[in-house]
Amino acid sequence: MSKVLIIAEHDGTHLNQSTAKCLNCAQSIDDAGADVVTLGNQCAAVAEQAAALTGVSKVLTIERAENEHAVAAVMAPQIAALADDYDYVLAPSTTFGKDLAPRVAALLGVGQLSDVMSVEGPREFKRPIYAGNAVVTVQVPEGKKIVATVRAASFRPVAPSGGQAEIASVQISVELPGHTRFVELLSGSSGDRPDLQTAKVVISGGRGVGSEENFEILYRLADKMNAAVGASRAAVDAGFVPNEMQVGQTGKIISPDLYIAFGISGAIQHLTGIKDAGTIVAVNKDGEAPIFEIADIGLVGDLFDVIPELEKHL
Amino acid sequence: MDKILVGLKRVVDYNVRIRVKPDGSGVVTDGVKMSINPFDEIALEEALRIKERGDASEVIAVSIGPPDCQQQLRTGLAMGADRAILVEADQETDPLAAAGIFLEIIGREQPDIVLLGKQAIDDDCSQTGQMLAALWGRPQATFASKIEFSNGTASVTREVDAGLEVIDVDLPAVITTDLRLNEPRYVKLPDIMKAKKKPLEVIGAGDLGVDMSPQFSAVRHEPPAERQKGVMVEDVDGLIAALKDKDLLG
Ligand SMILES: Cc1cc2nc3c(=O)[nH]c(=O)nc-3n(C[C@H](O)[C@H](O)[C@H](O)COP(=O)(O)OP(=O)(O)OC[C@H]3O[C@@H](n4cnc5c(N)ncnc54)[C@H](O)[C@@H]3O)c2cc1C
Ligand SMILES: Nc1ncnc2c1ncn2[C@@H]1O[C@H](COP(=O)(O)O)[C@@H](O)[C@H]1O
Repeated sequence: MSKVLIIAEHDGTHLNQSTAKCLNCAQSIDDAGADVVTLGNQCAAVAEQAAALTGVSKVLTIERAENEHAVAAVMAPQIAALADDYDYVLAPSTTFGKDLAPRVAALLGVGQLSDVMSVEGPREFKRPIYAGNAVVTVQVPEGKKIVATVRAASFRPVAPSGGQAEIASVQISVELPGHTRFVELLSGSSGDRPDLQTAKVVISGGRGVGSEENFEILYRLADKMNAAVGASRAAVDAGFVPNEMQVGQTGKIISPDLYIAFGISGAIQHLTGIKDAGTIVAVNKDGEAPIFEIADIGLVGDLFDVIPELEKHL
Repeated sequence: MDKILVGLKRVVDYNVRIRVKPDGSGVVTDGVKMSINPFDEIALEEALRIKERGDASEVIAVSIGPPDCQQQLRTGLAMGADRAILVEADQETDPLAAAGIFLEIIGREQPDIVLLGKQAIDDDCSQTGQMLAALWGRPQATFASKIEFSNGTASVTREVDAGLEVIDVDLPAVITTDLRLNEPRYVKLPDIMKAKKKPLEVIGAGDLGVDMSPQFSAVRHEPPAERQKGVMVEDVDGLIAALKDKDLLG
């Protein structure tokens, strides 16, 4: 039997949905169940949310004042110590997991797999390279621990189990470094709008939207459709919207049921972020824009005409 | 501060349309334009700006790979790096091996900062900086979009999923760059001429005593699954109808 450990991502109160996606991945490695570890400071609520998920054998909590904020240099030695008992250590392929997993792997003296998109066998995985323009199947030699990040867009979250797994508090006596200190989180806060990474509908704007003020019409449409709002890098760079809204190779990789792109040309780095969407709609005034090559529904038109008209129909 | 070490990886240029070889052994790189990894260009630009405002005395560019990496190192020297080191390796290095090599170079050079890209756009691993920081036992500040220094500490703004996070790290430290940190300068012709005279040291990877054996084996490469061809609609009514057809309008 292989033992799988999943590092939970959370903000102290809420478990991030990426953890439920890691559990789905863990089930395709070994359906006997996985353990989830939460590192935090007084985050019992998070442990309970994790314990309610399908496929969880046990939730381990490491409560320590130093774990108040997710600082990779502080968390990694604790996880590396805990990993002694496991064959697999999984983290989500979010900025949280990408920051942490390589540090854990290096402490364990092994390589790390990034963005696992499917499990082909106990030691065989698929992952995207070259901005998703190629997919490589990799094999991990026997006898090595496997540390991997799980590509959230490739896995559906597991459902609640209806029960509650055991929660155990663990003490890990490793020395933690003081050389890295959390200062603050500056968030652009999207208000009450759904989260970009979990929303069923995402509406995105690109350079074609033109300004921060113009983005208002996208927000209005999004609110009518209960959608999250995303953006291309060009829109972020131009200062129309904050960075956490960027979708793409270096932004967020998302998989909503419906993605609507307004004024986005469709550079490969952007398309990487949306290829897993159920349906892609593109509205662009240039009929030659590359986004139409991958759109399921394309409309050549001016977004400033299309959006108000769309709104009338909703 | 004294020295800044910058990683410059040679990768397929980001504008190239990637094609998988028919036999699945990899992607086509013959006759394809190669460049400095875009995030590494940003790392070098940042190092140069730190030096130009008097916060560092020397910028050293390091590349690991085949002899051809000298092209990217020369470009880095033309941008303004003071000297370059090529760690020559015939095989491709994975992030753990690259981190091990950087650690050896750190041992020789004793830098205060190591600036790497947040990810190489070929393997898309996003691991080397974090692994290096772990092996070195030093801080990591990944995905940086702003870096400030005071009294042996770097205050780094990081691009994270929730927004922007600020952390303080004691030096020496590893910092990895995100796209919005800066916009790299263009290289001017006279600088290319000058760069030819700047020192470029070549070290054999084997001489560093780092275990370079690959961590994983690539079984095969394939192109990504294609999406089905879509439809074009004439107007908003057509769009609404198409969405209703797919049951996407509540
Ligand atoms: C290493 C690297 C990583 C990158 N990562 C990302 C990433 O994660 N995400 C990302 O998005 N990009 C990323 N990029 C940038 C990417 O290459 C493109 O530059 C960017 O996606 C372009 O954004 P855009 O489509 O909004 O702008 P443009 O390419 O300028 O396109 C604007 C479009 O708007 C249309 N338009 C203009 N006005 C209107 C109107 N009134 N109505 C309708 N249409 C209109 C135009 O026809 C045009 O097609 C990355 C680049 C690099 C090098
Ligand atoms: N072979 C290499 N030569 C120089 N720098 C490298 C090399 N491999 C990785 N790096 C550095 O590490 C960063 C992250 O790479 P990766 O972990 O492969 O995504 C790159 O942006 C480079 O700065």
